[in-house]
Amino acid sequence: MCLALPVEVIALGADAMATVNLGGVKKEISLALLDDVQIGDYVILHVGYALSKLDPEEAAATLALFAEMQAGGFAAP
Amino acid sequence: MKYLDEFRDGALAQLLARKIAATAEPGRAYRFMEFCGGHTHAISRYGLADLLPPELRMVHGPGCPVCVLPIGRVDMAIALASTPGVILCTYGDTLRVPASGGKSLLKAKAGNGDRCSDIRMVYSTLDALQIAREQPQREVVFFAIGFETTTPPTALAIRQAQKEKLANFSVLCCHVLTPAAMRTILAAPEAEQGGGVALHGFIGPAHVSTVIGSRPYEFVAADYHKPVVIAGFEPLDVMQAILMLLRQVNTGRAEVENEFVRAVSREGNLKAQACMAEVFELRDEFEWRGLGVVPHSALKLRAAYAAFDAERRFDVAYRSVPDQPACECGAILRGLKRPQACRLFGTVCTPENPVGSCMVSSEGACAAHYSYGRYKDRH
Repeated sequence: MCLALPVEVIALGADAMATVNLGGVKKEISLALLDDVQIGDYVILHVGYALSKLDPEEAAATLALFAEMQAGGFAAP
Repeated sequence: MKYLDEFRDGALAQLLARKIAATAEPGRAYRFMEFCGGHTHAISRYGLADLLPPELRMVHGPGCPVCVLPIGRVDMAIALASTPGVILCTYGDTLRVPASGGKSLLKAKAGNGDRCSDIRMVYSTLDALQIAREQPQREVVFFAIGFETTTPPTALAIRQAQKEKLANFSVLCCHVLTPAAMRTILAAPEAEQGGGVALHGFIGPAHVSTVIGSRPYEFVAADYHKPVVIAGFEPLDVMQAILMLLRQVNTGRAEVENEFVRAVSREGNLKAQACMAEVFELRDEFEWRGLGVVPHSALKLRAAYAAFDAERRFDVAYRSVPDQPACECGAILRGLKRPQACRLFGTVCTPENPVGSCMVSSEGACAAHYSYGRYKDRH
């Protein structure tokens, strides 16, 4: 029910609507719950509405943390 | 897909598992509750429980909207759907939830020899609005269920209906609040938590938190001294959150931490919150399946939007109905029992023919275990 997917905004339309790329499928969704969404942004799509923008830098930082762990084995916590 | 595949890497999950095993102190018991059905589903689907050391057990929480919907609310939806002229729009998850007298929305849609109700599965409130626009001679009622993820879309739809003067659109509001459910779990006597063992921490919701932020969980740390780590729904997110919880417990900390920083802030989505606050207000109380009647735990439409409130427009009232006596959904939703402890699990009660709500939605603890774990139990 609360499941949602990260999708890429590929076109902006009227009335806060937008077209997104959902794993290769184009879909019309509403951006009415967000401000300042640009083409190329990733948003979390839930029941037809974008709930949140994904922060690419924070995502990269989380992945870097994992990569660091992989490279260096792991130290005691 | 980007932002999904990277967080499903099996080798990294194994690495995190080793790190978790090295961090868990031998001889110590850790019980963490994943509040959300989304996490329950991820844990079952990716077999994460098998990657955890024996000291650590995950306890399923009540964060599955379909699971906590009481029979009486589904009865109301069926009553509305059988009202002449009504089209009932609903998310697909509710269709198979068992109601009184062996009924369900799916059975009402199919009919039972006489007339069938006009029940339509919609993906979005946008679809329900469109049906109302196209069929002005019919009454379109949206069965609004869910936590804070589905609530802003319902609020927007109601605002839009008012703007367009869609007089034939209304909402049966059954939206519930995550923090209220967490408080109910925490307020239960410690002996009742986590199957007779106290809980040591919570994995906080992913998508609910994108809306409400991390701030509403701060009472868990402040009032109950339990750590919370908000996590994404992918397997690496869950493993990382477990590691963060372990570190907090080992060092005696109780804080709200955020693993899902790529989508969640402390404040959350203020625009969505403002939208909800404009349209909805707190109900004095609401009955949850499993948790019972919980004060200030759900929403209703404000007086300014009363015209769109199906409970005021139609002659329907909530009536409490006890669960099937042999069904353990209540105890499972409070984290007291595991699905496999229910006598009905996998025999009488299956996803095709559910007796209790936890077997309906894929995020339900019973459905998740049935889909991904039931064969393991036999070996």
